[in-house]
Amino acid sequence: MANKLIISLSPHVHSGDSVQKNMYGVLIALIPAFIVSLIYFGVGAAIVTLTSVAACVFFEWAITKFILKKERTTVGDGSAILTGVLLAFNLPSNLPIWIIVIGALVAIGIGKMTFGGLGCNPFNPALVGRVFLLISFPVQMTSWPQVGQVTSYLDAETGATPLAVMKAAIKAGDASILEQLPGSFNLLIGAPGNCQMGAGSLGEICALALIIGLVYMLWKKIITWHIPVSILATVFVFAGLMHLANPVYANPVDVLLSGGLMLGAIFMATDYVTSPMTHKGMLIYGIAIGFLTVVIRMFGAYPEGMSFAILIMNAFTPLINNYCKPKRFGEVKK
Amino acid sequence: MNLILIAVISLGAIGLVAAVILFVASKKFAVYEDPRIAQVAEVLPQANCGGCGYPGCNGFADACVKAGSLEGKLCPVGGQPVMAKVASILGLEAGTAEPMVAVVRCNGSCEHRPHTTQYDGAVSCAVAHATYGGETGCAYGCLGCGDCVAACQFDAIHMNPETGLPEVDEEKCTACGACKKACPRNIIEIRPKGKNNRRVYVSCVNKDKGAIARKACEVSCIGCGKCVKVCPFEAITLENNLAYIDPAKCRLCRKCEPECPQGTIIAKNFPPRKPKVESDPGTETVKLAAAKVVALKTETVKAELSVTETPKVEISKMEEPKGKTPKAEA
Amino acid sequence: MKTFRIGGVHPSENKLSAGKAIETLTLPKQAVFPLSQHIGAPATAIVKKGDVVKVGTKIAEAGGFVSAPIFSSVSGKVNKVDTVIDASGYRKPAIFIDVDGDEWEETIDRSTELVKECSLTPEEIVAKIKEAGVVGMGGACFPTHVKLCPPPGCKAQCVIINAVECEPYLTADHRLMLEKPEQILVGVTLLMKAAKVNKAYIGIENNKPDAIKLMQEKAVAYPGIEIVPLKVKYPQGGEKQLIDAVIGRQVPAPLAIPINVGAVVQNVGTAYAVYEAVQKSKPLFERVVTVTGKSVKNPSNFLTRMGTPISQLIEAAGGMPEDTGKVIGGGPMMGKALANTEVPICKGSSGVLLMNDKEAARAEAQPCIRCAKCVGVCPMGLEPFLLATLSSYKEWERVEKEDIMSCIECGSCQFTCPSHRPMLDYIRLGKGTVGGIIRARNAKK
Repeated sequence: MANKLIISLSPHVHSGDSVQKNMYGVLIALIPAFIVSLIYFGVGAAIVTLTSVAACVFFEWAITKFILKKERTTVGDGSAILTGVLLAFNLPSNLPIWIIVIGALVAIGIGKMTFGGLGCNPFNPALVGRVFLLISFPVQMTSWPQVGQVTSYLDAETGATPLAVMKAAIKAGDASILEQLPGSFNLLIGAPGNCQMGAGSLGEICALALIIGLVYMLWKKIITWHIPVSILATVFVFAGLMHLANPVYANPVDVLLSGGLMLGAIFMATDYVTSPMTHKGMLIYGIAIGFLTVVIRMFGAYPEGMSFAILIMNAFTPLINNYCKPKRFGEVKK
Repeated sequence: MNLILIAVISLGAIGLVAAVILFVASKKFAVYEDPRIAQVAEVLPQANCGGCGYPGCNGFADACVKAGSLEGKLCPVGGQPVMAKVASILGLEAGTAEPMVAVVRCNGSCEHRPHTTQYDGAVSCAVAHATYGGETGCAYGCLGCGDCVAACQFDAIHMNPETGLPEVDEEKCTACGACKKACPRNIIEIRPKGKNNRRVYVSCVNKDKGAIARKACEVSCIGCGKCVKVCPFEAITLENNLAYIDPAKCRLCRKCEPECPQGTIIAKNFPPRKPKVESDPGTETVKLAAAKVVALKTETVKAELSVTETPKVEISKMEEPKGKTPKAEA
Repeated sequence: MKTFRIGGVHPSENKLSAGKAIETLTLPKQAVFPLSQHIGAPATAIVKKGDVVKVGTKIAEAGGFVSAPIFSSVSGKVNKVDTVIDASGYRKPAIFIDVDGDEWEETIDRSTELVKECSLTPEEIVAKIKEAGVVGMGGACFPTHVKLCPPPGCKAQCVIINAVECEPYLTADHRLMLEKPEQILVGVTLLMKAAKVNKAYIGIENNKPDAIKLMQEKAVAYPGIEIVPLKVKYPQGGEKQLIDAVIGRQVPAPLAIPINVGAVVQNVGTAYAVYEAVQKSKPLFERVVTVTGKSVKNPSNFLTRMGTPISQLIEAAGGMPEDTGKVIGGGPMMGKALANTEVPICKGSSGVLLMNDKEAARAEAQPCIRCAKCVGVCPMGLEPFLLATLSSYKEWERVEKEDIMSCIECGSCQFTCPSHRPMLDYIRLGKGTVGGIIRARNAKK
């Protein structure tokens, strides 16, 4: 016989699943949102996304090659591309290139590679990059371009986001300010409609596109329903109670559909590496994120709390993993 | 100004309160510890290798102080000098212990031991051992995944990519025994270093019958017992088809080494045998050849230790009698 | 459709030889009988070199209660008692017999006639099963008589017959059900009698509709036997999973045995062996073995005498393909890769699977991305990623606390891992080590 027999322990077959398949699966799920952002923000969306992806891939490659001096770079696994896209989706479409590059460096360099690369990072790299930029460049990061300016990039006119409106209503204690909101349906499809309102980050503009991505990921079994559903349900219930108690707090449907909540719940909080491992843990994690988000949105200084809520819960993930064990087969209640 | 004053006063007050609490706590909850434990721990190498058999250097220091005698206690890393220091601190007599070293008892390199299968599991000797007999026909020999290398804290054992076997750096080896514990096949033995670092040992742990062992590996012990017969000191025992040289009895005469038909007995760090001028040409060739084997081995193991002689010169001398060289050379 | 509740995967079934009738394999030139073919103490050889044996002659006596005797499958002369590399990859003692003719012991009833009636008492049936060396034919090879003798305080309520054959590729049990349904049902009746119960379930996975239909038709004549079709899911053939799927009871964690929930689980092949042992006085010396693989010319099911070298089965199925990379004894999920093809067929050999070198090689392991898929598929509700990592760090105390001993080594975690991590390799190592630690601890007490 020509070959030596190969010996290893069972199982001798594999499902064929791979890291790449999962990463590219998430990227495919992001395509609808990307198309929508191109329609609404045009050139700006394209420039921001491409810059972010290119910078993330470059930094990942450069760090593995020159600093960690590994023979094989990990660019091929698609995780750097995914970080790049998610980072871009969390940025306004009129952000200058140099800021995006800094964000990518922080996301990959500090958020991911410092801890040992894929699988070792405690915090979601894209969110680390985004929050770093938000704190370092608050002006650029919070001047949201209005939708519909397809050909403009840095010179796009900016406006207030629905979240800013909600915040203003709470601050003023005046529920009538909320009438400026574009309405639930417009928030769902992201259409500017008649209102001349700024929209927000380029990925969060259309809740419907993100939900399509969620359905795709659930269908392909890339993620389970636990995290997104628990976040959305918590936000809905908590915001609903607040709305009932005092109408200056926006109605829960608007809260769900506005800002980065959908993007965060579907794509950021479900990041494999930084979310808990068991279903019970995922539910706790999701509920906590939902709760924190609403708390920050309604009582905090920032209009948006998703990024902070996810990062805070990322820090708790090891603890959740430690205490939430899956239900063992035949477990007897003590 | 007022602001600065308030800040200084309030912070100072917090500091003061905390300091008082700390002070009271340290007095109230102080646990008495023999000060000599800290002193002993000071002179220990603090490598926490566990080679002494205690959990870390502090554990060893604790044991030394409490035991009241240093008999049987040795820090393998620091060796005799450190134990002398410990003895002087405790006012005890240092136990005597021979310096030891880890010895890899397998010589089944790729050329000696043909591969029959290909292992594709997790890179760990322990896993490979649990999987099957190994890539070669020898179910006792080195698996080559390097668990011993990973276990060594002193950078003293390394895989040789050419032979696929681990090699011990005798200068760095502290005989802590971590590699011995890590090896699932019990190949590594902690043996006395021997006079001038010279040792004679059987470099094989194969317990199969002679024919099976020979088929699996060219340098396996086949349990023929020739070495047992030739040993003048009864230092060699044969059990389960495997010879073992008792280091306590071995006087390093090297009579067994040329006797081994498989070249399994290894004499390490000896100067090459001088070709004796004898009348009988037959025995001479054997001895010459044996000497050559020694020279070759000293070369291959790259024992750059106390070998002051230059084996290379000897090799060039040996090159002529290429008649009946023992199998080990092939 | 019923199935077990926690985890599970669905590997592609690849039942290539499902349509092939069982063929009888020609006799080998030399038969080799390893002395440890079952869980428990190895058998002790009672023949020596030069002894003449017949088909069905006892050649090794059980080495204890949890052990089983071994019978010659051939007639001829004992060549030697030596060692052979068996499926474990190590040399183990074995009896070598040179085949000469095919002369059977006279006590064996060789007629093909179905014998339904049995007037033996339960104890006599168990004794006969024990004397015939019957062990679990599914692969674990647990001596059957031990399962039929419940420990004090436990009482069996039902017999569950494992006919799910959840391993991909294998079809031996499937074919057996299609060709010997009545014999199996009589065997099940005998098992029920031996276990002193009047209810038996035969669990069959839904990918064998013909077997379900046939068994349902025939079972009408056998009171107390119910055929339970099950949803296709691996590892349904695991004893605990099967009990959960069929009667909806979970064997309590961590180390209780099926009898604690009143179930006696036996393989369908075992039921057939019990029939032959009790009704035909034929000891266990032959079994159905599937020889299969995508590159095999002629995937088949062979009725094979024990001790036949695997190479002979491969020859009979069209020879060893050039590019064979792995020869597996058993199925692809739990079988053992064999070091050579001279390994003999034993009581637990359910199949021989050939894989080409591309299929056989594992993909390179990547870092764990903590996707939690292994947690989701683990049928025992464990955290495989954690057990594997802790085992590789030799954290034996912690893995014990994380219930490593509950692992059934089904391989679902490693099968599903996107990073191709060799999790089960390390879990097995941890399980072995922790098992040793626990035994040492119990010995001290």
